[in-house]
Amino acid sequence: MMFLAPVADSGGPVIPNFGKTSQCVLDNRSFCWGWFSKHWGDTFEPALIQHIELTAMAVAFGFVISFALAVLAHRHGWVTNPVTLLSSLLYTIPSLALFEILVGYIGPNWYMVEIALTSYTLLLLFTNILAGLSGVTPDVLDAAHGMGLTRRQVLLKVEMPLAVPAIIAGLRIAVVTVISLATIAAYATPTGLGKPIFDALSNGGFNTAFLAGGILCVILAIVADGLFVLVQRGLTPWASARRGA
Amino acid sequence: MTNTETVAARTSSGLSAAPLEFRNVTKIYPGSSTPAIKDLSFTVPAGEVCVLVGPSGCGKTTAMRLVNRMIDLSSGDILIDGKSIVGRQPSDLRREIGYVIQQIGLFPHVNILHNITTVPRLLGWDKKRCERRGSELLELIGLTEEMGRRFPSQLSGGQRQRVGVARALAADPPLMLMDEPFGAIDPINRERLQDEFLRLQRELRKTVVFVTHDIDEAIKMGDRIAILREGGELVQFDTPDRILAEPADEFVAQFVGVDRGLKRMALTTLAEIELEPAPAVADSAGEQTVLTGATLREALSLIMSDSLRPLRVVDEHGQVAGYVSVELINKAMHNDGGGNIAVPR
Repeated sequence: MMFLAPVADSGGPVIPNFGKTSQCVLDNRSFCWGWFSKHWGDTFEPALIQHIELTAMAVAFGFVISFALAVLAHRHGWVTNPVTLLSSLLYTIPSLALFEILVGYIGPNWYMVEIALTSYTLLLLFTNILAGLSGVTPDVLDAAHGMGLTRRQVLLKVEMPLAVPAIIAGLRIAVVTVISLATIAAYATPTGLGKPIFDALSNGGFNTAFLAGGILCVILAIVADGLFVLVQRGLTPWASARRGA
Repeated sequence: MTNTETVAARTSSGLSAAPLEFRNVTKIYPGSSTPAIKDLSFTVPAGEVCVLVGPSGCGKTTAMRLVNRMIDLSSGDILIDGKSIVGRQPSDLRREIGYVIQQIGLFPHVNILHNITTVPRLLGWDKKRCERRGSELLELIGLTEEMGRRFPSQLSGGQRQRVGVARALAADPPLMLMDEPFGAIDPINRERLQDEFLRLQRELRKTVVFVTHDIDEAIKMGDRIAILREGGELVQFDTPDRILAEPADEFVAQFVGVDRGLKRMALTTLAEIELEPAPAVADSAGEQTVLTGATLREALSLIMSDSLRPLRVVDEHGQVAGYVSVELINKAMHNDGGGNIAVPR
């Protein structure tokens, strides 16, 4: 079974020669475990770690920026529209184009990748955080003010904790989005799990490397999403508590 | 029924109850030509329950919310224990005033004990004192320590409303504001909560401003009732008995209902009136008896069901306390300063 069409019909895929090449690799079968396990340490493990770093940094930067903007917008309503407009605009730029544009200005480096990835988290995180902060029911806010909590105390002790489920929902979407988008960054600069994928493509469609990169991405996304679910359960025991429990 | 003493009783945590005075209070919302509250003046003595009642749009909730500056007044003044609320830091003022609303507004993300001790923690009480006060309040409202560790979503509506009252009482405020506190509870539980609150109030003697649209609840809960009409105008401020006996005008008469005579009878128990001796012609066969704790209204109902024959009244030990007849009830309704029931002015 072929996952990738050969680039040229003469000669088949160009397989990087890492010494003794197995028949599986020479035939470019769907997935060669032997090759994968042999190159886990020198190719995939570093790529995976790099991918995690890229994602974590982008989401962290995006979260800090979005959180500050959402708190501002929550207090001053007029901030909402311009921020939504700008972040939507960034969100709609095709990722490949954005990477190419930024390479022109910043160069093919880590900053370029982080700026692009961060810009994609803004809309998701900003809207979710703002929705969470603004979603507290009016009677809870009325009681909070009526008991003498100051605006700052209402924000810190009532609105923020109650916004946690919405914030984590936003983080889950943002992380999964960034994990998938980060692979495209390798088109502009060799980094993350996109690197083995693009290498496989330029080597005439080496199935094993291509699939390994893609599958690791999917696993990473599922694991990250699961971790956030666990974090949310830990942080918001009240949300799962039901009557009679 | 009414305690008109205005002297505030003191406890270790400050005032146990403080008198409240509305002095020519007017509230006009920006952009509105007509006032929401118009020249409102009345005084609630310390330790009394004052019910603000009236049809929707009469400004009763607005009037209540002016007290803790959830809404700021336009002119006039409100004094708590003789001190003006104008110019006070709203959050400080509110921490000294208990606040209960219909929807309760418990914090869903913290447990019951944490909810109850919200104001003490704002006031900077230490952990030990907060815990002690929390346990005390749980006991006061009849919840177990285990329930104190639950989240609000794990409690029934009635239990949540009790928690709302306990939370308002936590820092022992001299004044409580209650906005239709039992309005969202089913009738059976509402009556139970009303009775529980009255029992608590007899013990705690807080000054309470209680808002409701239900005249029956007003009559039951209030030491005094302020009846407001649309435009925030105070029509009558009096005891329930006086309001039922002498409605100030046609509006009040209609608001309290044509059955106000019966409602008024429900305010007095047989123990509070002088009963008749046994009738001369003793015909005890099939004679109905009633306890001294029954109201005049209940007694009248029984008399009506038995061809106007007087009832035998017995105390809780089964001793005959006397007899009650239609004539006696009529006399009682006209003798205790109630004036003429029938004719509104």
